[in-house]
Amino acid sequence: MKHTLSVLLRNKPGALSRVTGLFSGRGFNIESLCVAETLDPQVSSLTLVTRGNDSIIEQIMKQLHKLIDVIKVTDISEGEYVEREMVLIRVKAEASTRAEVLRVIDIFRGKVVDVSPNSYAVEVTGSESKIKAVVDILRPIGIKEVVRTGTIAMARASKK
Amino acid sequence: MSKITGAQAIIKCLQEEGVDTIFGFPGGVILDLYDELMDSSIRNLLVRHEQGAVHAADGYARASGKVGVALLTSGPGATNGVTGIATAYMDSIPIVVLTGQVPRALIGNDAFQEVDIVGITRPCTKHNYLVNDPNELVPILREAFYLAASGRPGPVLVDLPKDVMAAKIEFPAKKEIKMQTYQPTVEPHPGQVAKACKSILKAKRPVLYVGGGVILSNANKELTELAEKAQIPVTMTLMGLGAFPGTNPLSMGMLGMHGSYAANMMVAKSDLLIAVGARFDDRITGRLDTFAPDAEIIHIDIDPASISKNVKVDIPIVADCKNALTSMNAWFNTSSELDQAAFAEKHKKWLDQVYEWNKKHPMSYTDEGEIIKPQYVVETINRLTGGDAIITTEVGQNQMWTAQFYKFNQPRQFLTSGGLGTMGYGLPAAIGAKIAFPDATVIDIAGDGSIQMNIQELATAKQYGAAVKIAILNNNYLGMVRQWQELFYNKRYSGTPMEVTPDFVELAKAYGAVGLRAKTKSEVEAVIKEALAIKDQVVIMDFVIKREECVFPMIPAGRSTTEMLLA
Repeated sequence: MKHTLSVLLRNKPGALSRVTGLFSGRGFNIESLCVAETLDPQVSSLTLVTRGNDSIIEQIMKQLHKLIDVIKVTDISEGEYVEREMVLIRVKAEASTRAEVLRVIDIFRGKVVDVSPNSYAVEVTGSESKIKAVVDILRPIGIKEVVRTGTIAMARASKK
Repeated sequence: MSKITGAQAIIKCLQEEGVDTIFGFPGGVILDLYDELMDSSIRNLLVRHEQGAVHAADGYARASGKVGVALLTSGPGATNGVTGIATAYMDSIPIVVLTGQVPRALIGNDAFQEVDIVGITRPCTKHNYLVNDPNELVPILREAFYLAASGRPGPVLVDLPKDVMAAKIEFPAKKEIKMQTYQPTVEPHPGQVAKACKSILKAKRPVLYVGGGVILSNANKELTELAEKAQIPVTMTLMGLGAFPGTNPLSMGMLGMHGSYAANMMVAKSDLLIAVGARFDDRITGRLDTFAPDAEIIHIDIDPASISKNVKVDIPIVADCKNALTSMNAWFNTSSELDQAAFAEKHKKWLDQVYEWNKKHPMSYTDEGEIIKPQYVVETINRLTGGDAIITTEVGQNQMWTAQFYKFNQPRQFLTSGGLGTMGYGLPAAIGAKIAFPDATVIDIAGDGSIQMNIQELATAKQYGAAVKIAILNNNYLGMVRQWQELFYNKRYSGTPMEVTPDFVELAKAYGAVGLRAKTKSEVEAVIKEALAIKDQVVIMDFVIKREECVFPMIPAGRSTTEMLLA
């Protein structure tokens, strides 16, 4: 089962390596990892996508919580949440395919961020499945390079 | 306020924490601190290898319950300490390791004797620090001691750049330490306590399975009260030995790979397993799917991550063992009408069964006339010390025979590397214990292989008058590995014969210690008596034991706990 964990971390040197070291040392896997400062510059927010059965996820959460630099761990995939990932794709854009690339990007609400005589770099944001879909569709046209950010996620606010 | 140097501030912090002894080894970048130590009240003991310093601090901590302190220089000094740190980490022992570091401006430049010790020890410390700002020095040291000793204890390392120790700082007043990210749960949930106690009332075949957590939280009295009141048989892990008196009739000794027949049988047949400060290690459980198959499981532990890690727990109680056991005892006193006699009646059939298992296969060995059996040596040490000595061990057969045949009645009396299994632990740990308790009899029960791993510490013992005794069970083999080769590798003794070992009696003399040897069974008692009578000297006793003796019972790795090899 895929789980998306949100971790608040003290923004200290080495804190991130404590988290990644825990995963490698205990044989847990990380599918993606995104880290950045929060509103409070002393705190980092980390979104981590991992896989495992319930007992593995429970152990991951407990072990994360045990790290002195970790402030809070939430399995946000337990409830309603929004997730986003951004991808930059450099795709072949020759005279014969340019219009097609633009159409695809338009459908996915992406935009062109760099242009060269024979390629476009495009930016698309969305869920992991949307990112996968746009990559799959552009692949036959000719993808030169793909850079993905990994998922960031946020629990939905309570509707009450 | 007048300013002091970082090194002076460190000394003040150590004094504030009540540190009276440091085990260390100096080097270039730590000299500022060594210089300050000379004028302080803190005793500064020079070991002969940094691993010895950390093990000695660990032995001091295990024996006394206080935080042990080791002081190492940068680079190789720090890396030599890593085995000691990992040993303390696996057994949850509170120590603070201070390491020197190159000046901040040089960090990352591959400077002389520079190593990223904070990076290296990240997975084997409870937490560690590199002090980047001199003003953070004192708060970090205070936090380090707090972390080491509280919650689930463990080693904390503080890396000290040379220029931080030279910097002038103000010494801040001590405040209560509050950490937003670290608040161990020490009080048990009353609902869980009641649930656990009701399960005990219902149980027909309860067993107490006790680990090192009971010793760490000084909960031995509370444990004994519960076991005796509710008439529950007790078994201990290697780390738990001493948490419950080994001579109490309810004690079935150690469980697990080399545990007693009765202990493993009662766990296998129990309907309620009460784990207290133990962590269901693979050496205890054997094959997981056949471990205590019919038992409901109560697990008391201060570390939530230990609960349901290996074995699914039915009633978890996250708390300090002492608080949890106190609450359970209080529950039985107020909410249950059963007294000790009533429990004895209720559990009679079960206890009779347990005692029968114990009678059928007690811890035993075959006497072979004048050939010295190692078990006999341990038994005789037990008898002649009245079971009161502080015993350390190395790792391997010596450790298991000691666990099986010495009857520990007190906590903090048996110091051994359980989790990491570090050969070379016993001698420096014995020195640490002897420094903490100069009047105690302290004996390292060793093998001829493992004693050589830190034998240089004989000089430390001699220099500081730490008159420890060392009993070498000498079989000219790496005995436990040889045993596995005998049982599982067709007696192909690859790499285990110690074809050359020093003459330990002569070696003792070379270090200014006393060397004694027994080659026959009838000499054993006289040698031990002579060694115990020598109060002010380090003594090595070299027992030439049966070469191919095995430790039994034995559960082969990965097998069910009922599949014991008995001989």
